Amino acid sequence: MAESDPLSAIEAAALRSDRFRLEREADWKRLDQIVTHMEKGRIRRLSDEDVLALPVLYRTVASSLSIARETSLDAATLAYLEGLVQRAWFIVYGPRASLGSWLKRFLGGGWSASVRAIWLDLLIALAVMVAGAVVGWLLVAGDSEWYHAIVPGQFADARVPGASREALRATLFGRPEQEPLAAFSAYLFSNNAQVSILAFALGFAFGVPSLLLLVQNTATLGAMLWLFNGQGLLVDFAGWLSVHGTTELFAILLAGGAGLHIGRSMAFPGDRPVLQAAAEAGRRSAQVMAGVVLMLVIAAMLEGFARQLIDDTAGRFAVGGFMLAFWLAYFFAFGRNRNVGDTP
Amino acid sequence: MVTPEGVALPLTLASRGTRAGALMLDLVFIVLLIVATTIMLIYLAGGTMGALARAEDTTPIGHALQFLFILWIAAMFLFRNAYFLFFELGPRGATPGKRLTGIRIAARDGGRLTAEMVIARNLLRDIELFLPLVFLASAGDGDTGAASLAATAWFLIFALFPFFNRDRLRAGDVIAGSWVVEAPRRRLEAVMSAGARVSGVSPATGVAYRFGEEELSIYGEYELQTLERVLRENRPEAITAVHEAICRKIGWDPGAGDERAFLDAYYAQLRARLEAGMRMGRRKADKFD
Repeated sequence: MAESDPLSAIEAAALRSDRFRLEREADWKRLDQIVTHMEKGRIRRLSDEDVLALPVLYRTVASSLSIARETSLDAATLAYLEGLVQRAWFIVYGPRASLGSWLKRFLGGGWSASVRAIWLDLLIALAVMVAGAVVGWLLVAGDSEWYHAIVPGQFADARVPGASREALRATLFGRPEQEPLAAFSAYLFSNNAQVSILAFALGFAFGVPSLLLLVQNTATLGAMLWLFNGQGLLVDFAGWLSVHGTTELFAILLAGGAGLHIGRSMAFPGDRPVLQAAAEAGRRSAQVMAGVVLMLVIAAMLEGFARQLIDDTAGRFAVGGFMLAFWLAYFFAFGRNRNVGDTP
Repeated sequence: MVTPEGVALPLTLASRGTRAGALMLDLVFIVLLIVATTIMLIYLAGGTMGALARAEDTTPIGHALQFLFILWIAAMFLFRNAYFLFFELGPRGATPGKRLTGIRIAARDGGRLTAEMVIARNLLRDIELFLPLVFLASAGDGDTGAASLAATAWFLIFALFPFFNRDRLRAGDVIAGSWVVEAPRRRLEAVMSAGARVSGVSPATGVAYRFGEEELSIYGEYELQTLERVLRENRPEAITAVHEAICRKIGWDPGAGDERAFLDAYYAQLRARLEAGMRMGRRKADKFD
C-alpha cells in the first residue's frame, strides 16, 4: 500500500485538503522537532541548518495554517497546526536574549535608566527614610523606653540605653575573629534581600505599606544613632555603618522607591488604563529590583568582611564614601545619552 | 493574538483550577528540593547537628562547615526566590508544575515576554503566597485570634484575586503585564481520507457506499468534526450509535457489522462536499444552517 511511499500516498488521498497536508507535513514535523529541541534547552544538539531554517519554517507553517483554515475541515490537523505555530511563535519571538546579553544591557545602562526614570519616587522614599530616622531619634530622646519597642532584639544585645561608652565602643571596633564572617554575610544578604523584596511587593497596595516599612526600618536606625550620640560615639557609629550602609540603605531606598512607583502608577495612572500603567511601572521597577539584589550582595560582603577588617573610622568612611559616590555616579551620570533599557 | 505574519492565534486563558494545580505541584517540588538539599548538607556536615557548634571554630573543619552553612542559606534563598524565575525565563515560559499541567506565561500585549516581566511577576509572589503563609503559621501558635484572622484575610485577598478580573490575573500578572495561557502540545493525527477508506468500498462486504446530494446536505461542519472525533477515538459503541443516527437521518436501513466502513465513506464524502463549498465561499456551520 501507499503508506511507505509519500508520493503515491499524496495521490491516493482523495480529499484536496488531505493532499495539501501530505505535501507539507514533512515541514511541519521538522519544525515540530526543532521547536521541541529548543523547548528542552537542547539547542546545541541542533544542526546549524536547523537553526537557520527555524524562521523560514515558522513562516511556512504559519501560512499553512492560514490556508488550512480556509480550505480544510480536518479539526485535528487544524488544532495541531495552531498548537505548533503558537509554540514556534514563542520560540521565534520569545525572550531569547540570553542571560549574558541581558546582563550586558542591564548593567550597560538599562538599570541606571530605570533608576533615573523613578527619580520622583526615590525622592519621596528618601524623604520618608530621613523622616523615619528623625522620628526614631526624637521618640527615643523623649522617652528611652521607646528604644526597646523600636529596635528589634537582635540589635539590642549590648546596645541598650544606659550601656557604658566602653560597651558600645566594643560593638564597633575590634572583634574580627568573633563571628564566622562569610556565614554572617550570607545570612545578612538573605535577610536584607527578603526585606527589600517585601518593600517592593508591598507597593502593590498603592505604595503605602512600602513607606511604612521604610519608616519602621529607619526609625531603628534613628534610635541607634541617638544611643551612640549619647556616649559621643556618633561619628564612629556612622563610620561603622557607612561601610556597608551606603550601599545597603541605597538599595533599600531603591526597593522602596520601586514599590512606591508601582503604587503611584496604580493610584494615578494618568491617561493610560490602570492595568497598562501598572504593567509599565512593574517592568521598570523589576529592573530596579534585579539591581537591588545585586547591591545587597555587595553590601553583605562589605558588612561581613570589610567592616570587620577595617578597624578605624577614617578608613570606614573612605570605603563607605567611595561606595556612595560610585553608586551615585553609576546611576545618575553613566549612560545618560544612551537610549537603552527603559522602553517598556 | 495576531502574529506579525498576520495569522490570528487564539490564546486560551488557563483555568484557575489548572493554575492552582500547577502551583501546588511547584510547591511540592520546592519542598522536596529544600528537604533534599538540607539532608544532603547535613549528611556532608557529618550527619550530626552537633557538628554545627564547631562552625564557630577557626579550624579547617570549622571553615568547611561554615561553607556548607553558606551553601544552605544561599540554596534556601534561591529556592524561595529563583525557582519560578529560572524556569519561567526558559524557552518554555513555564515551571515544571506549569509544564505538567500544560500552561505557560505570555505577555498580555501579545509582544515578547521579557525578563523584567518574569522578575516582576515573581517578586510579588512573596507577598501573595510565602509571607501570608509564614504569617499564618506563626499566628497559629500565638494567643490572639486577630492575627490569624488578618493573615487569612491577607492570603485570601491575593488567592481570590484571579476571580475578580476577566483575564484571571493574579497580582503579579497585573504588575508584570503578563498572563497565563494554555500551551497545548498535540500530535499530528493520521490522515482521514487516505487509502481504502476513501473509495467507499467496504472491505467486509465489497459494497461501495455512495451518497447522494440529499444525503450529504443534511449535515454541516459541526457534525463533520464530531464524526471526525468519533472516528479517531474509534470506540465501538460510539461508532454504532453514530451509524444508527446517520442512517435514520438519511433514511437508510441501518444494518450491522459494517459500521466503520460506512462512516469512513460518509465522512470522506461529506468533507469533500463541504470543503468544495468552502472553496466557493459557501460554508455550512451545522445542520441548522
